[in-house]
Amino acid sequence: MTKSDNVIVVKGLKKSYGQNEVLKGVNFTVKRGSMLALLGPNGAGKTTTVRILSTLLAYDSGSVQVEDYDAHQEADKVRRVIGLTGQSAAVDELLTGRENLVMMGQLYRLTKNSAAARAQELLEEFDLVDAADRPAKTYSGGMRRRLDLAVSLIASPPIIFLDEPTTGLDPRSRIAMWDIIKSLMAGGTTILLTTQYLEEADQLADQIVVIDGGKVIAEGTAKELKSKVGKDRLELLFKAEKHYTAACELLSKAIVDSNDKEHSLTLIINDTNKDVKDVLEKLSDKNIPVESIVVHKPTLDDVFLSLTGKQTQTAKVEEQ
Amino acid sequence: MAVELVFQKRPKPIQAMLDAFIMIKRSSRHILRNTDQLLGTFFQPIMFLVLFAAVFGGAISKALPEGVSYLNFLMAGIIVQTVAFGSTTTAIAVCNDLQKGIIDRFRSLPMNNLAVLSGHVISDVFRNGISTIVMLLTGLLIGFRSHASVTDWLIIAGILLLFTLAFSWLAAIMGVLAKSVEGVQWMSFVIVFPLTFASSAFVPTEDMNSVLRAFAENQPITQIVEAVRALILGNPIGDYGWLAAAWCIGILIVAVPLASWLFRRQSSR
Ligand SMILES: Nc1ncnc2c1ncn2[C@@H]1O[C@H](COP(=O)(O)OP(=O)(O)OP(=O)(O)O)[C@@H](O)[C@H]1O
Ligand SMILES: [Mg+2]
Repeated sequence: MTKSDNVIVVKGLKKSYGQNEVLKGVNFTVKRGSMLALLGPNGAGKTTTVRILSTLLAYDSGSVQVEDYDAHQEADKVRRVIGLTGQSAAVDELLTGRENLVMMGQLYRLTKNSAAARAQELLEEFDLVDAADRPAKTYSGGMRRRLDLAVSLIASPPIIFLDEPTTGLDPRSRIAMWDIIKSLMAGGTTILLTTQYLEEADQLADQIVVIDGGKVIAEGTAKELKSKVGKDRLELLFKAEKHYTAACELLSKAIVDSNDKEHSLTLIINDTNKDVKDVLEKLSDKNIPVESIVVHKPTLDDVFLSLTGKQTQTAKVEEQ
Repeated sequence: MAVELVFQKRPKPIQAMLDAFIMIKRSSRHILRNTDQLLGTFFQPIMFLVLFAAVFGGAISKALPEGVSYLNFLMAGIIVQTVAFGSTTTAIAVCNDLQKGIIDRFRSLPMNNLAVLSGHVISDVFRNGISTIVMLLTGLLIGFRSHASVTDWLIIAGILLLFTLAFSWLAAIMGVLAKSVEGVQWMSFVIVFPLTFASSAFVPTEDMNSVLRAFAENQPITQIVEAVRALILGNPIGDYGWLAAAWCIGILIVAVPLASWLFRRQSSR
C-alpha cells in the first residue's frame, strides 16, 4: 500500500466538554512534508485539536486520520509515527535531561544503545550538553522547552505536533526554536504547529488554518490570507492643523481613519501606484503640504482582526 | 541525521513487561532523588518504634500475655503501620504524574500506559522492604527478640509483600481520584489512620469497647498484624494466615483493575 499524500485528514471534527461545544466541525488536511499552522486566540480549540490528533482525547464525531489510521480506534499505530510537544513541558523533573531522552527512546521501542546515541546527538543539537546530567527541574523555561521538543524527536517520528512551542520564550530563544523547526522541515518531517503569533505562522508555515470558537474561519497560505483582507492603506501626516482639516474635507469620501491630535489620516487604496499619485496630485493642486506618507501592506494581524473582530496579543502589545 | 535508529519488535506481553521495568527504574530514581522522602523512609519508622515502645510500653505490657514484652508485641504492628502509611507515596506519585503534563507524554508513546502505575507500586515495595529492615535492625538494638524460624520469616516476608502490593494499589486509586497532592495526604490520613489505630497494631483488642472491638477484629489490618505477630512471637498462626492472604488478594483483585480503569479514564480527559 502506498502511503497517501495527505498525512493528516480532519473532517467535521466535533468535540464537547459537557454542554460546552469546543470544536464545531473542524476540517483541514496536512500534506506530507509540509507544515500547517493552526492559528487562533486563547480558547479557540487548538490544544483540544492537537490532543485529539495525538490520540490523547476521544472525539465526538467526524473523522480524524493520521497516516490513514483513525486517531482514536487505532491509537497504537498512530503513536508509533507521531511525536508530541504539548503546551506545557512534559518532562520528568527528577530525571536528568539525558535520562529523560533515553527513557522515552526506550519506550518508543528503540534499543538502549540506539536511544543513548540518539540522546547524545539531540543534546548536542539542542545545546543541552552542559546540562545533560542535571535534573530537569533545574532547567530554565527555555531549556525545558528544548528538552521537551528533543524528547519528542528521540525516535525521529515522521509527524510532529507542536502546541505553542514558543509561547513564553524570549526573542532569542524563539528564533533558536524557529531554526530547529525549520531544520525539521528541511528534513521532511510533517508538522502541525499551533500558535497565537501570526508572525510565527507567517515565518514557518506552508499553510495556515485560522480557528476561533471551535470553527475554521479562514484557510490558505499567508499570502492568500493577506490578500483576502486585501487592500493596502495609505497614511498621510500633516504638520499644521489647517492643512489636516483641509485634507480631511478634500478626501473625505475615502478616509477610513483619522487622528485629530496627530493630524494623520488613513485611506484605503486599490491600485497603489496610481492612487498614491492621484491623492498627492489632488493635495498639491490645493496647496496642502504633506509631512509624510506611509503605505501599509496588510499584515496577518489585520487578517486576524478582520476575521475574528478581536485583536491579537502581538497587536495589543505593539499598541501600548 | 548521523545516528542510525534501531527499533526492536517483541511480542506484546514482553513489551509490556519491559515497559514496566523502565517505569520501575524511573520511580526508583524518584524515590532515591527525593531526599526529604528518603529521610522519612529511614527515620519515621525508627521514631515511631522507639516512641511507641517507650511511651506505651509500661502501660500496655500489663495487658499482654505472660512473658511477652511490648516491643516484641509492637513490632508486627509498627511494620504494618509503616507500610500502610508509606503507601501514600504511591498515591502522591500517581497524583503528580496525572497533574503534570508528563502523563500526556507517556500516553502519546507506543507503550503500555499501565506500566506507569505498576512502576510506582513496585518501586514502593522496594522502599517498604528497606523501611522494614531498618525497623527490624533498630528493634534488635533496643531489645527486640524473635522466635521465628527462617521459614517463618519467609512467610512474614510473603504476607508483607502481599500487603504492600494491596495497599499500594489502593493508594494508586486514591492518587487517581485526588485533585491535588494535598488531597492525597488528606484522603490517606482519613482512611489509613483509623484503620491502623482501630486495630490490634498497638494494643490488644480485648480492652476496646464492643463496637470498636467488633470493627477492629474484623478489619484487614488486624488480620495481617496478627498473622505477622504470631509468627514473630512463635505462636500458632491459626486462621490469621489465610485471612490475611485472603484480604490482600481480595483487595488486589478489586484494586488493580479499578485503579487501571480509573487511571485510563482520568488521563484521557
Ligand atoms: N478538560 C476540559 N474540560 C472542560 N473544558 C475544557 C477542557 N479543556 C479545554 N476546555 C475548554 O475548551 C476550550 C478550548 O480550549 P483549548 O485548550 O483547546 O484552547 P486553545 O486554543 O489551546 O487555547 P490557548 O491558546 O489558551 O492554549 C476552552 O473554552 C476551554 O475552557
Ligand atoms: Mg492551547
